[in-house]
Amino acid sequence: MRLFRPSGVADRVVPPTGFTARLTLGASAAMAFLAVFALALSLSAGRVASTWSDALARTATVRISAPSGQVEAQAVAALAVLDTTPGVASARRLGADEQRALLEPWFGPDLPIESLPVPVLIEVVATADGFDSGGLSARLAGEAPGAVLDDHAAWRAPLVAAAGRMRLLGFGCLLLISLTVAAMVALAAQAALAANARVIATLRLVGAEDAFIARAFVRRFTLRGLAGAGAGTLAAAVVLAMLPSAGAGSTEAAWLSLSIGGAQWALLLLVPPATAAVAYGATRLAARRALTEAT
Amino acid sequence: MRRLGDDPRPAGAGTALGVIEFDDVAYSYGGEALLSGVSARIAPGTFHFLTGPSGAGKTTLLKLAYLQLRPTAGRLSLFGKDVTGIERDQVARTRRRIGFVHQDCQFLDHLPIAENVALPLLVSGREASGADLGDLLSWVGLSRRAEALPPELSGGERQRAALARAVMSDPEIVIADEPTGNVDWEMSLRLLTLLVELNRMGKTILVATHDLTLIRQAKAQVSARVLRVGGGTMVPAGAEL
Ligand SMILES: Nc1ncnc2c1ncn2[C@@H]1O[C@H](COP(=O)(O)OP(=O)(O)OP(=O)(O)O)[C@@H](O)[C@H]1O
Ligand SMILES: [Mg+2]
Repeated sequence: MRLFRPSGVADRVVPPTGFTARLTLGASAAMAFLAVFALALSLSAGRVASTWSDALARTATVRISAPSGQVEAQAVAALAVLDTTPGVASARRLGADEQRALLEPWFGPDLPIESLPVPVLIEVVATADGFDSGGLSARLAGEAPGAVLDDHAAWRAPLVAAAGRMRLLGFGCLLLISLTVAAMVALAAQAALAANARVIATLRLVGAEDAFIARAFVRRFTLRGLAGAGAGTLAAAVVLAMLPSAGAGSTEAAWLSLSIGGAQWALLLLVPPATAAVAYGATRLAARRALTEAT
Repeated sequence: MRRLGDDPRPAGAGTALGVIEFDDVAYSYGGEALLSGVSARIAPGTFHFLTGPSGAGKTTLLKLAYLQLRPTAGRLSLFGKDVTGIERDQVARTRRRIGFVHQDCQFLDHLPIAENVALPLLVSGREASGADLGDLLSWVGLSRRAEALPPELSGGERQRAALARAVMSDPEIVIADEPTGNVDWEMSLRLLTLLVELNRMGKTILVATHDLTLIRQAKAQVSARVLRVGGGTMVPAGAEL
């Protein structure tokens, strides 16, 4: 592309206009900074959503609440049902220690769990294909009337939906940021074109085609967009790296951390060229419009 | 002057067609017609003067020939081609074959004279060789002002720089609007000599001027013809000049 060929003299035919340069640099930097966070929001929301829909979809819990005399018998019956259910990879009764650990946040470490009528919990892990919840519930009802199957769908679905909406919100922000960059750069370019009306007229009079004149402006504003966005992205990346990551690995805490991982950092490298592309388009449009008015 | 002198076209050669042809051209700046029924044929290699009272429309006619203005009626041909309705990029390319010295010479004030003079080559994607540029600047007597910015030049220096820029891309036609407008008699003669030299190289010259003495001076050197602009049209001047 001729745009990126070094052409020092051809660029100098248009004198630099200080404030349009600063406006473009500043707007691109600020918008790139915001774009990085919008992108991080989308990426972490996307990761949260997929963690919940994948990992949690593969686990379920069977809870057995029955009069104390029947609990043990029903637990054995429920485990027998689970062992013969297609799609169930494993079913394991939680021990007293595990149940104590689950309740510890609410009741403290010394809960005499054996003497309390707490329900028996069976952790079910599904195979990749999953099991048929409706069929399993029906069979459990027959064999162990006190057993309730909880496949987490009830609370997982709204959370996955919420994460999906966060992700959409992030993309919406990216779109708005792009439009704002386009508007700011177009305004700055228009100001530069208007300030250089005499220069443009002179260039036309010595035989310059519109494309030559436009290129001088487009090249300049594209490079400014690239430089500004580069600085903004770098600053945002530093801030992002310094954000405390709340409880790495825990799905609940993932909400709190705008952290992005591994390959996703590479996506940030797209922000400066994308900003430059928006600046390129905006300046081209502005130049084309301004030039049809010059003789 | 190697590059300019290389031009093989002898004066007056070429087709029988005019390089500039006005065919019943009219022009108005909005109100009533300033010019109407202008018909003229400028043959290649000729030297023409345009005279007439101030405000008669000399500059307007030259701008029409340079496609800076478009006729409101009639047809205009350049280099044997109808250019009445050509689009912007064709206008730019046609202008590269014409050198124009405007009444108010416009330069890029932030670039030194040397770069301004080389501008016609730059905008058409060609390289200006340092030697040619040096030759041209010394031809118009501006070698020592090459690095000066346009606002630092005197009126006469600007006129000469404009002339140098006009011939930089080796055009077939050179149009000059009052090239001696703000220079003394000695400088006028010098500029005239430059134009006569260009004509001898085979270029078609069209000069608007009030200065009848200058025209007489030119007629002593070349066979210059005079067109008189007035009363809304243009006619060949009588023998009194
Ligand atoms: N841009 C314009 N808008 C409206 N009227 C114009 C414009 N340019 C020129 N005119 C008018 O058109 C008429 C012819 O102008 P033009 O410049 O062609 O005259 P001229 O013969 O070159 O005069 P001079 O010898 O003073 O240079 C004048 O009356 C002038 O006022
Ligand atoms: Mg005039």
